[in-house]
Amino acid sequence: MLSSLIGYYSLIFGLSISLLIIFFSVKNFNNLKILDSKILLFSLLQLVLVLVSFLSLVISFINSDFSNETVFNNSHTTIPLFYKITGTWGNHEGSLLLWLLVLTLFIFIFLIKSKNQLKKYRILTVIFQQIIIIGFFIFLIKTSNPFSYLFPIPKEGLGLNPILQDPALAIHPPILYLGYVGSSIIFSSVLSATTLNYINSDWAKHIKDWILISWIFLTLGILLGSIWAYYELGWGGFWFWDPVENVSLMPWLALTTLLHCILVLEKRSLFGSWVIILSIATFTLSMCGTFLVRSGILNSVHTFANDPERGLFILSFLFVLVFISIFIFFIFHKSDDKKLSPIFLLSKETSIVINNWFMMYFLSVVLIGTVYPIFLDAISSQKISVGPPFYHKLMIPFLIPFLIFMAIGPRLKWIKSDIKNKLSLAILLIISLLFSFFIVKNFDTKYLLNSILIGSAFYLFFITVRDFFSKKTQKLSQNIAHFGFSLLILSILFNSIFSNEIITNLKVGESYKNDDLEIVFSDLTRENKKNYVSLTGIFFIKEKNFDNILKPELRIYNQPKIITSEADIKVTFLKDNFITINNVKNEDHFNVRYLIKPYMLWIWVSVLLITIGGLMSLFNKKYEK
Amino acid sequence: MKNNTIIIIVISFFIFVFLIFYKGLNNSNIYKPSDSENKIVPKFSAYSFFENKLINSENIFNQKKFYLLNIWASWCLPCRDEHPFIMSLKGTNKLEIIGLNYKDNDKNAKKFINDYGNPYSKILLDKDGTRAIEWGAYGVPETFLIFENQIIKRYVGPLNSDSILEIKILIK
Repeated sequence: MLSSLIGYYSLIFGLSISLLIIFFSVKNFNNLKILDSKILLFSLLQLVLVLVSFLSLVISFINSDFSNETVFNNSHTTIPLFYKITGTWGNHEGSLLLWLLVLTLFIFIFLIKSKNQLKKYRILTVIFQQIIIIGFFIFLIKTSNPFSYLFPIPKEGLGLNPILQDPALAIHPPILYLGYVGSSIIFSSVLSATTLNYINSDWAKHIKDWILISWIFLTLGILLGSIWAYYELGWGGFWFWDPVENVSLMPWLALTTLLHCILVLEKRSLFGSWVIILSIATFTLSMCGTFLVRSGILNSVHTFANDPERGLFILSFLFVLVFISIFIFFIFHKSDDKKLSPIFLLSKETSIVINNWFMMYFLSVVLIGTVYPIFLDAISSQKISVGPPFYHKLMIPFLIPFLIFMAIGPRLKWIKSDIKNKLSLAILLIISLLFSFFIVKNFDTKYLLNSILIGSAFYLFFITVRDFFSKKTQKLSQNIAHFGFSLLILSILFNSIFSNEIITNLKVGESYKNDDLEIVFSDLTRENKKNYVSLTGIFFIKEKNFDNILKPELRIYNQPKIITSEADIKVTFLKDNFITINNVKNEDHFNVRYLIKPYMLWIWVSVLLITIGGLMSLFNKKYEK
Repeated sequence: MKNNTIIIIVISFFIFVFLIFYKGLNNSNIYKPSDSENKIVPKFSAYSFFENKLINSENIFNQKKFYLLNIWASWCLPCRDEHPFIMSLKGTNKLEIIGLNYKDNDKNAKKFINDYGNPYSKILLDKDGTRAIEWGAYGVPETFLIFENQIIKRYVGPLNSDSILEIKILIK
């Protein structure tokens, strides 16, 4: 009750501070000294207010205060404390409040970290950021108030969706938001820099940290979501090309491209327009993701609310931002690339341009695959869904040259260069092709494309490995990230080629047997937990060199009444053994799925390596010479 | 000059995208199972509850408005639960609610209507349950939303606040 009131009024005050900041900045735009200290103070105040609002929602959740509608809809007294707290952002209203909190936190950090930048640039960035913040404040207060009051006060809440009651998913949204919202700083900053004609290497050096930070969080956020989908959804896959996954991948692709472009801007003062467009695109795509997910225009596990009014608000807000950016880009940005020296064919710049084009291609494939069904539905009322084959067909062929360029590109120097050690590069290419040919032939997979793809992935792999031992390596961070990427592609390929799946229906006491293995369903135990009943199957798996007990679980949650299937996964260095059970209606039989997924661990490890590369580049400036 | 063309192209492209998304937003994304929906209503005749005269189904669903056919019985407990929701739909513009009283005793049915209110403009009798079979109903309660002689939505089991909301959205 009280905490809802406090939360609500903090939001209102937070909004008025936004207006105050904009008013002050515009009025005193030329009197920068007074403004600077005031804006910092105001931003801090705003941050504190939003934090208070957020904490009061958390407190309402902890106390199971069902007079609050959000709590009523998404919590229950029997949920463990941890999930009561994480339930705060496991719903539409709360997650938007979290988004707002991160927005205000980041602009405050930005103000502190950018003290030695141009004053006008800082103020203008704050103004643009405040426009975004105001948009979210209004959205929150008007269409998704987290503090709506319910009377009479219900005795019990409706409960938290059980598939959200999971540790990975508890931290997945905040991490992902840090990435998304980090891109809002890049967005505001690029608009402000464009307006002031400040797109140069100084600016690039300063904004690079923000790009890296958002990139690291975005990568981690996607990784967590993917791990969660792997063990919780029980399909045994880690990436489904689901529209909701795609909307997190698209900003990532744009951001990764930006990360490479900003280096060129920093070192050579080139690609200003690229950087501007990519910065705008990254944030726009993040917002677009929010729109697609939250408006209910797509159906998925992430769709919290099917409220057209909310969708309309985000849509209008998104396009206001798009039009502001187009306006600023065309009015203020003067392309000065012509003045500078030409780009030579063999140079780092060229290789980054090539990288950009490839990334843009991948981005457009994902974008088209995601929004095409919406377009088709709107124009001709046909409902289609775009599945993995579309993405695979369009992406895999282009991945081959991409990997090879990725191996060679970093070896080139700025301005003008020639390829040294041509011989060793060529030999490595031949070795990797032979190697992959050997593997593919030996394991009887018939696909020519696969062998070439594996070959090019091995090429990148060998070259990055060789560079770890070469003493000249300056860019360890970059090498780790690229090595991680080659490892990722290799693990995904081997995973998809060598995966094995058995689906069968078994009763307690029955067993399944084929040439390679035997699955014995030996027992089923039943246990009452705090807010669910757990049915655990005990399976003996007998293979040539693998004897193990796996215990998949079915959880029957009480509120809401939903059954979830918890996979039991035996993770080893080289492969995962994955088993899930599902009950067959009105029968003693259980549907058993047993999967052998090779190199699963390496997929996660390689994404972590990519992230570590980013982290090293952020913290260890000496590598980035 | 060239720059202006680009601006116009870019802006019109984004306006186009906006319009598409806007239209997509208004499309209902409630996917309906294909069977028993979008089917033409079955032809049947039944006695009316109050007047005790035979009514042909062609004379019921022939106007240009939405019809909600609700199969109910006084002995059915879930029907009691859903009844307030049906009452809340009474008087909705462009919606006529028709009851099909299923395998019921007249006295009990009258008492039910007296106790809980009568949301129906017509009540048809289905003493032996054959009309419900023609509709393909699984049991009571069951509700069909009809427009232009077509079943556009079917609710098996009692209506709740969600389905009422959906009905309201559908008839908009």
